[in-house]
Amino acid sequence: MDAPRNHTTVVGQDRPIRLDNGIEIGPVTVAYQTVGRLNADRSNAILVCHALTGDHHMAGVNPVTGKRGWWDGLVGPGAVLDTNRFFIICPNVLGGCMGTTGPREINPATGRPWGPGFPVITIGDMVTVQARLLDALGIDQVFCVIGGSMGGMQVLEWTSAHPQRVFSAVPIASSYRHSAQNIAFHEVGRQAIMADPDWHGGAYHERGVTPHRGLAVARMTAHITYLSETALHRKFGRRLQDREAVTYGFDADFQVESYLRHQGSTFVDRFDANSYLYITRAMDYFDLATEHGGKLANAFRGTPTRFCVISFSSDWLFPTVESRAIVRALNSVAANVSFVEVDSDKGHDAFLLREPEFHETLRGFLDGAARHRGLPALAEARP
Amino acid sequence: MTPDKSFPPAPAGAPGATNGDLRVDLRLIADMVCPGSRVLDVGCGDGALLQVLAQTKGVDGRGIELSMAGVRAAVRRGVSVIQGNADTDLADYPNGAFDYAILSQTLQATQRPRQVLEQLMRVAERAIVSFPNFGYWKARWHLMSHGRMPVTRGLPEEWWETPNIHLCTLKDFLVLAREMDIVIERGVALNEDGTVTRLPAVGPWANLLSAQAVFLVRRRNGGARPGGAAGPARDADAP
Repeated sequence: MDAPRNHTTVVGQDRPIRLDNGIEIGPVTVAYQTVGRLNADRSNAILVCHALTGDHHMAGVNPVTGKRGWWDGLVGPGAVLDTNRFFIICPNVLGGCMGTTGPREINPATGRPWGPGFPVITIGDMVTVQARLLDALGIDQVFCVIGGSMGGMQVLEWTSAHPQRVFSAVPIASSYRHSAQNIAFHEVGRQAIMADPDWHGGAYHERGVTPHRGLAVARMTAHITYLSETALHRKFGRRLQDREAVTYGFDADFQVESYLRHQGSTFVDRFDANSYLYITRAMDYFDLATEHGGKLANAFRGTPTRFCVISFSSDWLFPTVESRAIVRALNSVAANVSFVEVDSDKGHDAFLLREPEFHETLRGFLDGAARHRGLPALAEARP
Repeated sequence: MTPDKSFPPAPAGAPGATNGDLRVDLRLIADMVCPGSRVLDVGCGDGALLQVLAQTKGVDGRGIELSMAGVRAAVRRGVSVIQGNADTDLADYPNGAFDYAILSQTLQATQRPRQVLEQLMRVAERAIVSFPNFGYWKARWHLMSHGRMPVTRGLPEEWWETPNIHLCTLKDFLVLAREMDIVIERGVALNEDGTVTRLPAVGPWANLLSAQAVFLVRRRNGGARPGGAAGPARDADAP
């Protein structure tokens, strides 16, 4: 069995990467994970795009947190992303904080962390860097690009910017643009970080501190948006935390408070506050329709890619109507698209959780697409 | 479009359905489709027909299905299907996007059958439409003798639970087709069990003696696409 392998590579050494804001950066370090083996004609690669606070540790044990990867159950021999058949690549995004160039990393020009001097990036820039990574790996076309939430935005950007390089695409619990509500929640998180006196205009690394209180509040707010009301109530209700009665104070009386505080405090151990600012901004700026003259369909005109759009019924952060808008645009250009709304009460986070219906759908789509791509059938795959 | 039906999940890696597994009326429909064509199956259920068409005729197929169970089963078969509704979602497709639009046992369950037909003729060169015949003698007899809405093998539900809200006879369909300038290229009248009768589907005897029918239709002279109440394609790229 092939264990997940973590790598870093450098791209943009000879040819700098031109960002959407016009700034050129390079070289850019990319941290990424691979599982499985690339076949001889390099046609079995699946590119997995992670979400806002994810990273490239999709499978196996994350060395930073000691926890299982965020899609560990989905990746492996015989799993939905079957490593007997597919070569799975998951890069940490540009602006991230797990090894890919971002505000926490050293700016080679100054020898100091980029900090607030890091250029503002976009989803498109993330994809540009991923495309360079594929160039470096010698992969012209991936069999599939797949991702949830912000990962789904990257999937859509991939199909629009590099249609010939994407045989199939699965945007999950995602949207072609950030809504006003999405931007609003992100702004609350950013304001919490920037209001922390330890943020120091983003230059906290130089002062040996981190705005952990602000980042924790940002995480707590965001975490609520990832869950459905039903899921939150089922998990905690109004139950009290290690006590018989309320204390008439502002300690974490309720389990849900204690849970959110825990979520906040563990998050700051692994995530960089500036990265959070930059990546949330990139999501806010994403609008595939506006980028294509106000018509989303223009982003997909003539697309050769097979799409499978998936949403979750209780996701109120990226609700099904957003996915339907993508499907409608794809239909209007007669694209090859499947669309499934998975019945789930787990909210936005459902794409990270054990949802058999979702997993069966994904497995079926990948299997069908693999047949169309001429990849070996299940039984013929290397044992 | 086939409400109240649940589709057993296809086991992963199961061999695809073969022609032999198809319902008789679906097999008839499959025979009407030219190899290598583009097909939209509206109300495609679990995608069995599209899968057979892809495997045996190299058809580039798409499906629309109302029930999520059907959609999931179809996607698991490797068929491209969206969860959607014949009444509202056909408007998303551009003119002439398909060679054939298939509407199998679904017309009578739509809100606006005429508009659905107009949309079919807009998005495809030809349509293949099958539906139960309310003029079948058993339905007539049931209504006449009992004075109640017919419950037959082809129409098994009581009036208050049936998804069939716009039942019609073969003659009704032919009259509408004439009004809409739709040409009948082929018609096949079927028995209750789906076997083919020798009756001409456009004749009076089929309207009395056949339980269902399949029609292959096209616009007259491949002429102007009907606009009418259904209108042109929705400006789907509104966002």
